[in-house]
Amino acid sequence: MITIDNISKKYGKAEVLNVENIHIPRGQSFGLVGNNGAGKTTLFNILLDLIRPTTGAITNNSVAVHTSEDWKTFTGSFIDESFLIGYLTPEEYFDFIGDLRGMNTADVRSFLSQFDEFFNGEIIGKKKYLRDLSKGNQKKAGIVAAMMGNPQVIILDEPFANLDPTTQIRLKKIIKTLTENKEITVLVSSHDLTHVTEVSERIVVLDKGKVVKDIATSSETLQELERYFSV
Amino acid sequence: MISHFLNLEWKQYFRSAHWQKGIAIKIIMVFLALYFVATFLAIGVGGYYILKKQFPESDPLQIVNSYVLFAIFADLIFRYLMQKLPIMNIKPLLILPIKKSKLVHYVLGKSSFSGFNILGLFFYIPFSIVLIKEGYHTAGVLGWLFTMILIIQSANFLNFLINKNNNALIIIATILVGLIGLQNFGLYDVVANGGLIFDGIYANPIYSFLGIIALSFLYWLNYNQLRTQVYLDEAVATKVEEANAADLSWANKLGDVAPFIKNDIRLIWRNKRTKSVFLMSFLFLFYGLIFFTQKTYSDWPAMLMFASLFVTGGFTLNYGQFIPAWDSAHYKMLMSQSFRYRKFLESKWFLMVAMTSILYFLSFPYLYFGTDIFLMITAGAIFNIGFNSLFLLYAGSFNRKKIDLTKGGFGNTQGTSATQFIIVIPLMVFPMLLFWVFDTFVGYNSGFIVVASIGIVSLLLKNYAMNFIEKKYIKDKYVMINAFGKEA
Repeated sequence: MITIDNISKKYGKAEVLNVENIHIPRGQSFGLVGNNGAGKTTLFNILLDLIRPTTGAITNNSVAVHTSEDWKTFTGSFIDESFLIGYLTPEEYFDFIGDLRGMNTADVRSFLSQFDEFFNGEIIGKKKYLRDLSKGNQKKAGIVAAMMGNPQVIILDEPFANLDPTTQIRLKKIIKTLTENKEITVLVSSHDLTHVTEVSERIVVLDKGKVVKDIATSSETLQELERYFSV
Repeated sequence: MISHFLNLEWKQYFRSAHWQKGIAIKIIMVFLALYFVATFLAIGVGGYYILKKQFPESDPLQIVNSYVLFAIFADLIFRYLMQKLPIMNIKPLLILPIKKSKLVHYVLGKSSFSGFNILGLFFYIPFSIVLIKEGYHTAGVLGWLFTMILIIQSANFLNFLINKNNNALIIIATILVGLIGLQNFGLYDVVANGGLIFDGIYANPIYSFLGIIALSFLYWLNYNQLRTQVYLDEAVATKVEEANAADLSWANKLGDVAPFIKNDIRLIWRNKRTKSVFLMSFLFLFYGLIFFTQKTYSDWPAMLMFASLFVTGGFTLNYGQFIPAWDSAHYKMLMSQSFRYRKFLESKWFLMVAMTSILYFLSFPYLYFGTDIFLMITAGAIFNIGFNSLFLLYAGSFNRKKIDLTKGGFGNTQGTSATQFIIVIPLMVFPMLLFWVFDTFVGYNSGFIVVASIGIVSLLLKNYAMNFIEKKYIKDKYVMINAFGKEA
């Protein structure tokens, strides 16, 4: 589904990312792990054509992301709160995105009804603007918006950060359901090794912009990662 | 798609933080906006008749035309300083299925309707209507008006091009200064020849279509430049300022208050609004020039006292009135640290006194206007140091409005409440009144002797006053913490 080919990103002389080759097949749940500054967000940003790589190319469902914008129709993503439109209410934001993704108001309502438990009554009908929600609730809105319009690829940067434990567990359940049928490809980055090993069948570890580990998740993966990071 | 964008614009406008301000501020801002609109309208409607009356033998349109060139350049410089392309607005839209080219057209198209482009129309449109009414031929006037609109729009897009380029600003400023120079030294009649271009458009309105070409070209340049830069590390980047760590170790000599002084210096220098307060206080130095050079005011010494207070008091007044709201973002943190409240207040006091002293030394050139004026400035400085600094600290304990330092400087009214309006009375009106009373009923010198002595007496009572102020702050601590924690 997604092929990363010799991607590198340099700012001046400092190389922040250098990934030789990663192929992510359709339906895979892919976890990206690394310390601060490892290049996780940079890689996601390049994948979403939000920054240009210095070298290399990424294709998403055989669309080269930096030459065509067709990938946008089947890719949903949430990077951070700055991608929300702060002066809209969550409902308006969902309607807006639904509209762009070809859903009518009724579609949006029925789509959102699946997430009642996830929202925990704190998002819908609160008469608040997105900018006035707490960080955690903003994140909930952004994550759900990323899943709108039946995307084939979903990219979530640090989805577990700022969420309360209950919501973290619910989010893990949602991600697992998404990839159940091996139709939707989910890319998740995280600092939390437990969460990411739980939801991903494959984990790539970045360090200083380079891939240092690429493992298929098994029962030993968490220990392996913990050993790696406890330097 | 356009309806989506319009809908977003509408909501963004009416839900912006501006509208969540207090009702008093809203009213003042609406009045200010109406005032500008009314002024432009008045000049637009009345301009023709005023010019006709003042210069009966000239054609008002030609007079206006001759200055259009200067207006264009001044407009460009103003825009350069004030107008930025609102590109950050499209960040949330980048990951949605919308073509980048559409986003760029949206941002550029939106800029066409910015206030900078609208205000001028309040002059040009009524002026044109008056022209037609006064018997100018309609096609010519409409062509002329059309050209002016195209010029405004071109300036809009030219500004975004040069905004990234300091050299461009220098070139434009140099051309402007050069044109004024040529005109003043009589080398070349810019006014007349510049005017001829626009007179020509009135005569042959068909030439106004040349403006369309210029505008399209500028738009196309902007589009091309921006289209390749819609990336998070390029045009849509949040600017990260490089920390400039100046060496402030000299402040350590100030003893206990040093940590606060160092922090305050950093606070002032690293935030837009405080920085502009600081820089503005040097502009206030020139405030006296307005009053001291005019005959009208020399018969009205109380006004001169007013000006004198401002000459040295720019910093004390503008910075002092928002103490301690400048620290509102980290007020809780400060209150959980172990230090005597007194030191925090002393550091603010020291800062105001030091700046007033510096400004006083810089005001020495006012000796040119005679010793009377200079004595008045001296009295004003002593009053600022002695009375105003302490009074502002006291008044600060009534500040209950948070100030977000990350917000812009110019025209930012955050933190303003009734306190700011009420404190003007003792700060300015009180010394003016005293001066006036003694000046009128006792004699000229007694006026500033009284004002200065109040300053000196306050200074002598500083310790006593500080005890009182400290108690007030400690008493109000919880109310302030609570108020500063709330959204502004």
